[in-house]
Amino acid sequence: MIIEFLELFVNAGFWAATVRIACPLLLATLGELICERAGVLNLGIEGIMTAGAMVGWTAVYLGADLSLGIIFAALIGGIFGLIHAGFTVHLGASQHVTGIGITLLAASISYFAFRLILPTSTTPPKIKAFEQIEILYLSDIPFLGPIFFQQTIFTYLAFLAVPIVIWFLNRSPFGLAVKMAGENPMALEAQGINVLRIRTIAVMIGSALMAVGGAYLTMSAFNAFYFGMINGRGWIAVALVIFAAWKPERAILGALLFAGLDAYQVRAQQLAGAVIPYQFFLMLPYVLSIAAMVFAAKSTRYPKALLIPFRRGERH
Amino acid sequence: MRLEVRETYSPALSIIAPFGAIIFSLLCSFVLLFIAGAPPIESFFYLIKGAFGSPNALAETGARATPLILTGLAAGIAFRAKFWNIGAEGQLYAGALAATFFGTGLINLPQFLMIPFLFLVGGLAGALVILPLVILRQLYKVDEVVTTLLMNFVILLFVSYLLEGPMKDPMSLGWPQGSSVIDNGVLPQILERTRLHLGFLIAIVVAICLWVILSRTAFGFRIKSVGHNPAATYHAGIPLFKTVLVVACLSGALAGFAGITETAGLKGYLTLDLSPGFGYTGIAVAMLAALNPIGIIFSALFLAMIYVGADSMSRAVNVPTYLADVVVAITVLSVLVSLILINYKIQIGKLKF
Repeated sequence: MIIEFLELFVNAGFWAATVRIACPLLLATLGELICERAGVLNLGIEGIMTAGAMVGWTAVYLGADLSLGIIFAALIGGIFGLIHAGFTVHLGASQHVTGIGITLLAASISYFAFRLILPTSTTPPKIKAFEQIEILYLSDIPFLGPIFFQQTIFTYLAFLAVPIVIWFLNRSPFGLAVKMAGENPMALEAQGINVLRIRTIAVMIGSALMAVGGAYLTMSAFNAFYFGMINGRGWIAVALVIFAAWKPERAILGALLFAGLDAYQVRAQQLAGAVIPYQFFLMLPYVLSIAAMVFAAKSTRYPKALLIPFRRGERH
Repeated sequence: MRLEVRETYSPALSIIAPFGAIIFSLLCSFVLLFIAGAPPIESFFYLIKGAFGSPNALAETGARATPLILTGLAAGIAFRAKFWNIGAEGQLYAGALAATFFGTGLINLPQFLMIPFLFLVGGLAGALVILPLVILRQLYKVDEVVTTLLMNFVILLFVSYLLEGPMKDPMSLGWPQGSSVIDNGVLPQILERTRLHLGFLIAIVVAICLWVILSRTAFGFRIKSVGHNPAATYHAGIPLFKTVLVVACLSGALAGFAGITETAGLKGYLTLDLSPGFGYTGIAVAMLAALNPIGIIFSALFLAMIYVGADSMSRAVNVPTYLADVVVAITVLSVLVSLILINYKIQIGKLKF
């Protein structure tokens, strides 16, 4: 029995699934990370992912190109990010309550719009989504081929986002300003840089990434949109940001770890389904997210200005 | 855009502002109705008729408001202490589980004891869910927003397991649902042949009790000061840990109560769709009432009206029921703006509000 459970790890299908499942988590985690690095907690994430999933799917369903679908998803994410920033950055409203409000708004509007477009469908129609591409010769490598060289373009894009975000936060002048806005906004202001504008743009970029993460689900994983499909992935991403200690290079680790767990539980369910009820396997990602937060909470350092609204000319 | 602190507090403004928020969100719903191709004014008429048009409609609105008052109070008291409990949904189900465990035959008491007993165990179950999370937050600074949210998913899966396994009603013909609450535990109807039950009155009494606690006792003052300035509270000798702990458990217990009213009052048994997001809507209820327990009664009734009315409206003019959720979400956000307007002047370009 134990050997059967261990054998799951040498299965290329398991690793390929891990890579796939990690993508939406990775994009969402990077998005949340950018927001929080700028000092803004974005709890709109769950709703923004729903909106991205819905808009990306709908665009393609109504005849748009796949890449255009991603762009539309990013746009809708940016719009909700702008609303979130308007409330939290410019008006200084509670980041917690605004975020929950944005989640309620983005999710309910998405469902409302989906029902308007498809009033009476019981089985959600599928779109022609991103297809797996087989990279010449490389995809034939045993074991590694299916894991690394038989994925969709969207998957490669999601992983490409990691080095881009690392470069953005550590090397680009704008990214450095974003980090400063989250650590010491007064110092940024003293440089003559508009803190509110930096934070607004950072929240918009982050929200766009979250929405694209949502779109991955409808455009590269399930190829259909259905109700409640984000299923807490946004909240897990918020936990992953803490687990990653606000570092993008650690986000990829966290996302892969959780995706691996998810891929494993599906397979382990089939082996142990008779002994352990499936619900306990499904609980694992949520329980482990809580555990990961406890584990990370002791050692990590929050961005200093996280949750603190900045008002020009006011002293803190 | 700039914010400027208002030097004088205007009581008139603090009353007008939330109503402005409500009017704004109703205007938004007009736009959505228009987009959906439904006649806005006529639809609005259907909404009012669906919520108030008959004794049965009124009773239905009251029945819907019952869990919303309780989850609204759960969010309200926690938010006052800046403890962000977003897990009322899970705590509600924990209360419902307690009702199913104790109330379906395990314990049989006379009615006047059985009903309080169910509320007691339901409240305890809700508090028990939140207890480890509040301890984690106070000791290790583990963000309670995320843990309470994630806990909702864990509990719902646990309920799903119990309803398909150990707690499944053998008489339910394959549906995953719990056994019926015994007759002595069922909350009696207040209005004949409607679904309005005793839980509605209990929720109102709980709200009034909470109002007294919050505005007339030292404990209520402590909660407020913990929310406003934890450091000063600590130096004033108020036990921070204990206060937050009690507030969080109270919040969990209130959400657990909502689980009791739904299982022992409305449905009679536990199902997986017992709550269509009452825990989350409770946040909107609390915000709309500016966290005031008496206000929460009215804001719960208002949001119940939107939900019940939108149900019959969507049937009449063929608009997706999700419209009600959109209106509620817009209400949360516009109330946030109105609360800021009470304390600050907002200046955009040359415009001043």
